[in-house]
Amino acid sequence: MISRDLVIIGGGPAGLAAAVAAYDAGLKDILLIERDYCLGGVLNQCIHAGFGLHTFKEELTGPEYAQRYIDMVLERGIEYKTDCMVISVSPEKIVQITNKDDGIFEVQAKAIILAMGCRERTRGSLNIPGTRPAGVFTAGTAQRLVNIEGYLPGKQVVCLGSGDIGLIMARRMTLEGAKVLCVAEVQEKSPGLKRNIIQCLDDFGIPLLLRHNVINIYGENHITGVDVAEINENFQPIPGTTVHYECDCLLLSTGLIPENELTMGLGAEMDPITKGPVVDEKFMTTVPGVFAAGNVQAVHGLADDVSVHAEIAGRAAAEYIGGGRQ
Amino acid sequence: MFDVVVVGAGVIGCAIARFLTQYEGRFCVIEKGDDVCCGTSKANSAIVHAGYDAAEGSLKAKYNVLGNAMMAELSEELDFPFQRIGSLVVGTDEKSMPVLEALYERGIKNGVSGMKIVCGDELRKLEPNVSENAVAALYASTAGIVCPFNLTIALAENAAENGAEFRLNTTVKGLEKSENGWIVKTDKGDIETKIVVNAAGVFADNLHNMVSAKKISITARKGEYYLLDKSQGKSVSHTIFQLPTNMGKGILITPTVHGNLLVGPTATDVESKENLSTTALGYEELNKKANLAVNKLNLKETITSFAGLRAHETQEDFIIGFCDDAEGFFDCAGIESPGLASSPAIGKDVAAQVAEKLGLDKKKNYKSTRKGIINPEQLSLEERKDLIKKNPSYGKIICRCESITEGEIIDAATRIIPARNLDAVKRRVRAGMGRCQGGFCSPRVMEILAETQGCKLSSITKKGPGSEIVLRKEAENDQ
Repeated sequence: MISRDLVIIGGGPAGLAAAVAAYDAGLKDILLIERDYCLGGVLNQCIHAGFGLHTFKEELTGPEYAQRYIDMVLERGIEYKTDCMVISVSPEKIVQITNKDDGIFEVQAKAIILAMGCRERTRGSLNIPGTRPAGVFTAGTAQRLVNIEGYLPGKQVVCLGSGDIGLIMARRMTLEGAKVLCVAEVQEKSPGLKRNIIQCLDDFGIPLLLRHNVINIYGENHITGVDVAEINENFQPIPGTTVHYECDCLLLSTGLIPENELTMGLGAEMDPITKGPVVDEKFMTTVPGVFAAGNVQAVHGLADDVSVHAEIAGRAAAEYIGGGRQ
Repeated sequence: MFDVVVVGAGVIGCAIARFLTQYEGRFCVIEKGDDVCCGTSKANSAIVHAGYDAAEGSLKAKYNVLGNAMMAELSEELDFPFQRIGSLVVGTDEKSMPVLEALYERGIKNGVSGMKIVCGDELRKLEPNVSENAVAALYASTAGIVCPFNLTIALAENAAENGAEFRLNTTVKGLEKSENGWIVKTDKGDIETKIVVNAAGVFADNLHNMVSAKKISITARKGEYYLLDKSQGKSVSHTIFQLPTNMGKGILITPTVHGNLLVGPTATDVESKENLSTTALGYEELNKKANLAVNKLNLKETITSFAGLRAHETQEDFIIGFCDDAEGFFDCAGIESPGLASSPAIGKDVAAQVAEKLGLDKKKNYKSTRKGIINPEQLSLEERKDLIKKNPSYGKIICRCESITEGEIIDAATRIIPARNLDAVKRRVRAGMGRCQGGFCSPRVMEILAETQGCKLSSITKKGPGSEIVLRKEAENDQ
């Protein structure tokens, strides 16, 4: 079996920052594992600006922000493997990995940093009544299709949820020539950043409907429209407020959930509020030597904050192994 | 000229086709959908009833008990998941006992074995999560759970391997009597056959009424369901039915063969036979009834909801047999619950009746087994490593939630009845069936489908023509 001092699972903003920090704290024997074909994680599809204001004191796009960290990883010669999926992590810190070239192999680590990020809430978990047609996307899936694959999901768009990805995608779809009819938000206040509401909605004249929900989806094969209604304090639709929108696309930006299948398989204690593992002030989980960094631990608002927390976890992992500089 | 044309590639049509191919002859299944298993067979409770429910002497009772008895061997032959986990009909008030006893008696008359009325500690030992209000339950050890998709697909593939022809995206427009049988008029041209078998599900009345003066009437009765995350799959270990209470007809809670938990169905008659929308009222009813017979169901862990349509016939029983006033037209109509459990027995019996009518001989080189898509998760580590060595695509995981590899998806997309759309892949290998509902894997699966079909990504659909997922890309225009 291969062995490494530190295995980091996930090559997005958290994994990259953790790798660099652990290396700079004296740990050299590191393996960074990424499931996609390149490093960078979700930042690769976040082609809008607004990253790095805290970390680099300048405004970068997602790929630029990721590249800064990828360059740091490359400069340090930190080992990484892409196109690799981790199947399981054991409390003995054996990481089981699969890919096309090596098949299934195991790595014995002294410490592990979990940096798997998060996933989006789906239509299924929202219990929106109606049919199940094509044309209903989570905002992140639509973002990948538009920004990486180069395909447009639709031309008449309704957005549900005004999280930052939803706001960014409302603008993105508009710039791609689609008409965004409205953004419905069930809360009284948008969870998105103020600057995104101004730059993504207000500047393009896209209405933000607070305390509104999508209450029905129409279309047998492909979505043909949705009903949007005002809702009361119990989130129930208020009769007489329903407006029908004809659309060929519904984008959902209704929340992110830390992706913790591996963490739960490992047996780490979970926090029911954050949906991430319980961690100490250095981001160590209840399994000694296993740390959690970034959105896998709790969903962060900014990539910059992910980097800061991941760096703490990276240094703590180095310290845990005893290779840290005094 | 076909010997038999079966209309409808649901579980009944595919079962009939599978058993028909045991005989010499030319057989064809026509289906209006883009895949087999896209009507009632894809959206139901996925359970194999024991057989105590149906009225004594009914066809439902007969085929249910026979079908249940065939299911284990068939699952071995055709390689689809089936587990005999047993069921409990749970009564929650003092009026329950006589009802449970009546069910038990009916079961005995129907020929159901392995039943027992259980109460108190015995019931709680059997099913620790049963409600405190539970007073007694009818336990039926022969009840089971099945993967309805892979049951149907396995039957279809085995039929196809034995020479049956499947014509998808083909809708029947009319039926004309000919000298030797029937001309089936479809949107893809005429098909000549000696015998037509009507397995058209909720549309079976439309087909029947084209040829018979004795009209039948099928109502689509909608059932809505919640599918819960695998983290909730062990909430119960049996299929739990609720006896009717003052809140109305009960719903069921059951583990699925893949380890999820299924809660439902409601029952509402709907006008449109295409109406598969879920409703706010349906959700409300499920929320209210979910916890009547069990404790601690966490409905917040719902990963999706869906609706299915029961083909309810006014006479309350299956209609199976040659039509009196239309020579060579065989009906399988009104196949609602327990249709899934009954399907192997219906398939076998209908095939035998039709073969007898046509005087068909048994086929000598009939292949009774079919191998399913390899699931690497069910292999030992060594076997899995060997598989990846032989075919590296089994080393690449595409669907994270369900751990589905590229190899499995390519297999699904290139089999004898290939998966052509996202939902068809999902039904075969569960890519997109998990908690992220395809958020991550669907663009990857679309790429694999485009590659295997040699088409553009923008032609890939969710569930057949009209459900294209993305719009044409500018660059595609130049290709």
